[in-house]
Amino acid sequence: MNIIKSQPKSITADSTKYCPGCGHGIILRLIGEAIDELGIRERMILTAPVGCAVVIYDYIYCDVVECAHGRAPAVGTAIKRVHPDKFVLIYQGDGDLAAIGTAEIIHAANRGENMSVIFVNNATYGMTGGQMAPTTLIGQKTTTSPFGRTIKGMGKPIRVCELLATLEETKYLERTSINSVRNINKTKAAIKKVFQNQLNGIGFSMVEILSMCPVGWRVSPVEAIQFIEEQMINYFPLGVYKDTE
Amino acid sequence: MAELNTDSHDKRVLMKGNEAVGEAAIKAGCLCYFAYPITPQTETPEYLARRMEEENRIFLQAESEIAAINMVFGASAAGARVMTSSSSPGISLKQEGISYIAGGELPCVIINVVRGGPGLGNIEASQADYFQSTRGGGHGDYRCIVLAPNSVQECYDMVMNAFDISDFYRVPVIIQSDGIIGQLVEPFNMHPYKPMYEKLPPKDWALTGCLGRKPNVVRTLFLNPPNGLEMHNRKLNDRYNKIKTELRWSDEFNCDKADIIVIAYGATSRIAKSAIKKHNNNGIKVGLFRPKTLWPWPDVELVEVARKNKGAKFLVIEMSTGQMIEDVQLTLMDIVPKKDILFYGMGGGWNPTPDQIYEEISRVIKK
Repeated sequence: MNIIKSQPKSITADSTKYCPGCGHGIILRLIGEAIDELGIRERMILTAPVGCAVVIYDYIYCDVVECAHGRAPAVGTAIKRVHPDKFVLIYQGDGDLAAIGTAEIIHAANRGENMSVIFVNNATYGMTGGQMAPTTLIGQKTTTSPFGRTIKGMGKPIRVCELLATLEETKYLERTSINSVRNINKTKAAIKKVFQNQLNGIGFSMVEILSMCPVGWRVSPVEAIQFIEEQMINYFPLGVYKDTE
Repeated sequence: MAELNTDSHDKRVLMKGNEAVGEAAIKAGCLCYFAYPITPQTETPEYLARRMEEENRIFLQAESEIAAINMVFGASAAGARVMTSSSSPGISLKQEGISYIAGGELPCVIINVVRGGPGLGNIEASQADYFQSTRGGGHGDYRCIVLAPNSVQECYDMVMNAFDISDFYRVPVIIQSDGIIGQLVEPFNMHPYKPMYEKLPPKDWALTGCLGRKPNVVRTLFLNPPNGLEMHNRKLNDRYNKIKTELRWSDEFNCDKADIIVIAYGATSRIAKSAIKKHNNNGIKVGLFRPKTLWPWPDVELVEVARKNKGAKFLVIEMSTGQMIEDVQLTLMDIVPKKDILFYGMGGGWNPTPDQIYEEISRVIKK
């Protein structure tokens, strides 16, 4: 019997603690595959965010630092400056990167830090139970926007790729999704691209991944996949926003 | 920087306190420095912007104090000697990061050139951050080691010591300077770096990529049941207790059969000493007890001074409305009547003159 596909060697856990239908498990697997294929596990330092992905060290078998909420780009900046020959991976959610840590991501991007950023956009605060995020859609009901998000008083969702694309030192920005096999495959390619860019010394590279949070959204896993297809992608168009190569 | 002479290794040089802090960091092998401009500490980032470049080390002007302290967190986790500096409002911003650094058992050196508060306050020298520095400052049950220089020489020496102490105990060290000490220009002996310890523990916890070893994780979250965080706090507390027995620094001046013991640290201790000398010249027995570590607090030494000077009154002088005095009262509560522990000071950037302190001591004598 030939084994065609198996668990990535850099992923140690045989299961995750994530809710049914959550996107983190898929993304972690894609990261694990990319780490294995590029052979970088023993030379990488991963920043864990605050949020559901904080326990990332339980899944990916590499050096990890747990960062304060939103500060991972600052922490990663210093690690990369101390160890320019090592691979620094920043993993952040939307509350982490686009709300409390807006200053840190903008300035790390603006300095053109040679780091790889995985930005998981699930339009909510998952770990605290589904509150309004900077990326929550207009009309979307959350526990802190119980009547639906309105433009007046709450503003529009922040499109991070488009925002960072205005900074000239960002080198690669792509938005993908994991709501279909096709999109998962595209996400894998994007993750590998932002990894490869750091290894090649290209500079600041990020992939924004639209991801499901069925429990936070109060929908079924199937409906969550549909929500991305029918709602999120309309507001957050998929595609490459910057590729300076 | 003007060099007065250039003897073999020890150099007599003229510098500001804030610049001596920077040069000491260079000499002690500080690889990274991250900061944000704020008066009255900006000479340190200005000095290090040039010197770190010359030494081919890492200088980064961060986008905020918050980013700067998180860069300190990252560099320390990566195993580097690292420093940041700021003044009171900026140090308030750093408290989140300092709590994480303490929780993650990471070494680093933090300079606080204290200015008047609360709020934006002013840019005058102050000692109103005593509580913040000695009680942790951020959330959670932790302590920072706090060293209080009162001269440019001590700025230089204590920063060097701070790197060693911090690496030794894996506890952040704060240098509690102030607007006077930071701006003060005076000659000092710029000696080479002298390590405090024969050997420092290896940084085998540092994040370097897990080649040939198990992965290292620098964490501050302890969800593991049943009592993961409690055990972590116990470990930290044991370390703090060890530090309390090993690292109490203080200075005494004429604390022998004195009628009055003045207790002051930092700039205030310098000013007080002038007034005390004047009283001594008039035959009045006044002594000075100067804490050099604000945490750990030199309680054993202060009790000893109280025993040696039975019946003496204690005059605490601070550039605040009274913060260190609480440590004095707690330390002396069983041996000195509370009415004999007196306070002279004010917050908001008030600086005493030697004459004012001289007069205050005179008032205490007449009581």
